[in-house]
Amino acid sequence: MPRMLLRDIVQARSGDKGNTCDLTIFARTPEMYEHLKQVVTAERVKEHFRPLVHGPVTRYEAPTVLGLKFILEDALGGGAPSSLRSDNLGKSFGSNLLRLEIEVPEELAREPHLMSVPPWRKKE
Amino acid sequence: MKKVRIGAGQGFYGDSVYGALHMAKYGNVQYISFDTLAELTLAILQKDRQKNPSLGYTKDITTTMTHLLPYVQEKGIKLITNAGGMNPEGAREEVFRVAQSLGIKGLKVGVVTGDNVFHLLPEWEKQGFDLKEASSGTPFDTIRDKVLFASAYLGAWPIVEALKGGADVVITGRTTDTAQFLAPLMYELGWDYKDADLIAQGILLGHLMECSAQASGGNFSGDWWNIPDMDNLGYLIAEVREDGHAIITKPDGSGGRVSVDTLKEQYLYEIHDPHNYITPDITADFSHVNFTEVGENQVVVRGVRGKPAPETLKVLIGYENGWMGQGMIGYSWPDALKKAQKADEIVRKQIERYGIEVIEIHTEYLGYNSIHGPLARPVDEENLNEVYLRVAVRTKDRATAERFGRLFPPLSLNGPPFVGSLSGMFSVRQLLGLWTVYVPRSWIESQVKIEVKEV
Repeated sequence: MPRMLLRDIVQARSGDKGNTCDLTIFARTPEMYEHLKQVVTAERVKEHFRPLVHGPVTRYEAPTVLGLKFILEDALGGGAPSSLRSDNLGKSFGSNLLRLEIEVPEELAREPHLMSVPPWRKKE
Repeated sequence: MKKVRIGAGQGFYGDSVYGALHMAKYGNVQYISFDTLAELTLAILQKDRQKNPSLGYTKDITTTMTHLLPYVQEKGIKLITNAGGMNPEGAREEVFRVAQSLGIKGLKVGVVTGDNVFHLLPEWEKQGFDLKEASSGTPFDTIRDKVLFASAYLGAWPIVEALKGGADVVITGRTTDTAQFLAPLMYELGWDYKDADLIAQGILLGHLMECSAQASGGNFSGDWWNIPDMDNLGYLIAEVREDGHAIITKPDGSGGRVSVDTLKEQYLYEIHDPHNYITPDITADFSHVNFTEVGENQVVVRGVRGKPAPETLKVLIGYENGWMGQGMIGYSWPDALKKAQKADEIVRKQIERYGIEVIEIHTEYLGYNSIHGPLARPVDEENLNEVYLRVAVRTKDRATAERFGRLFPPLSLNGPPFVGSLSGMFSVRQLLGLWTVYVPRSWIESQVKIEVKEV
């Protein structure tokens, strides 16, 4: 099974509420969504963010938009107005999760299940 | 069937005025709604008010009103904003001043107050109400003498009352982000709190619209490089019918994109459990929402459901949580990262040597790991052109934070070879702790006042 970065598979956005980070990823097709539900678990996300997130990670499913939402507690250095970090609002957590590498079945490792590739990254 | 068009005008204190101006000119809307407040904003505004009792509102209201009041007069567009912050009456004085300077007469300004509950805290405690922190249970005594502000989150109904009173402009304090958007729908379309699914639709539309361009191509994680005219992003418009049917679009001639992909990122942004998005107006179940593209930059949104509103209102208490001092200095190739790491070591030793008392210290290297922190991947140090060291500390008081910042300028002569840039001493800032309590809504709502005055 090929391994791929989430960067090539999903949209992602994250933000804050107090010391909690709120992060959602979106699949492009129902087939990929079903696969992500299996492999991008709350445990795996917690493991990915281990040095940054000290509390529990909860996952919610949003099937109508093929979204998986993760709530990462004790994640933002005390919360935006108390944090010493540059990314005090957790806005970069989404892009950070795009670095997660997962295994993808051969039949899903192609269009239309993947994100579009920017021109500067296209291989000729 | 009756319908109304409302436009988004602002997503935070500091947002551009041009989105709202474009909306007024080309949006063909009857209302423009603004969300200006965040947790940190309230603390900034409270400090403004402590320094000068006539301040405490977001100062950009001057620019906003200077640009938009002519359209209120010419086109009858109504403006709804929570820019009042900690001082809605002060904001009204400023709007009146702008109106007078523009020669505008007969403008009616509605003001909603009652969200500022700071003075009520002792009374609540006397009645036996425990102000312990809602999630951690920490006793209020730990922050009692450090409290800066206490604001309740109000819903849309006081704004509706102001509109009923004939207001052209409504100014509130801490109404929720969504209230400014829900209120005109309730007022124009006759929606009542009994119509739970309609109220929930108003909340969903408000949630999509409250972060300005974040739903129309800004901050978009998809093919952002294809978003048209990102220098002139259009903010959302909702065209909403009496029965709740809603089309989302943006003004003609604006940049950006309104599609299922741009909307869905905002749809789930910062709402936590999609089944229970709790607001003072309603608890909305977002979990069955559907988006359908019906034309270019036109999306129909449906499927949200309403559940009973909570019996309590959220009160956010902000308290002093020390001060942040920081400094930054840049180093060049060769060995940029090694040099920056050496400078970090020097600063940390000097903290000890000079007895600067820090509670917490945080080091980042801009250009390497300042954003992803400990999860950043190792860099190819041989080819790293430059890197900036940033060190931030938390201290008990302002003077100590300033003392820390002064460690940085000397590094340009008293450190590793330096051909980079010195950003020197950053201004220090007070850190703010946040404390949430949930209070019976009648205690707060009985204090809410709505007043409409004409200039």
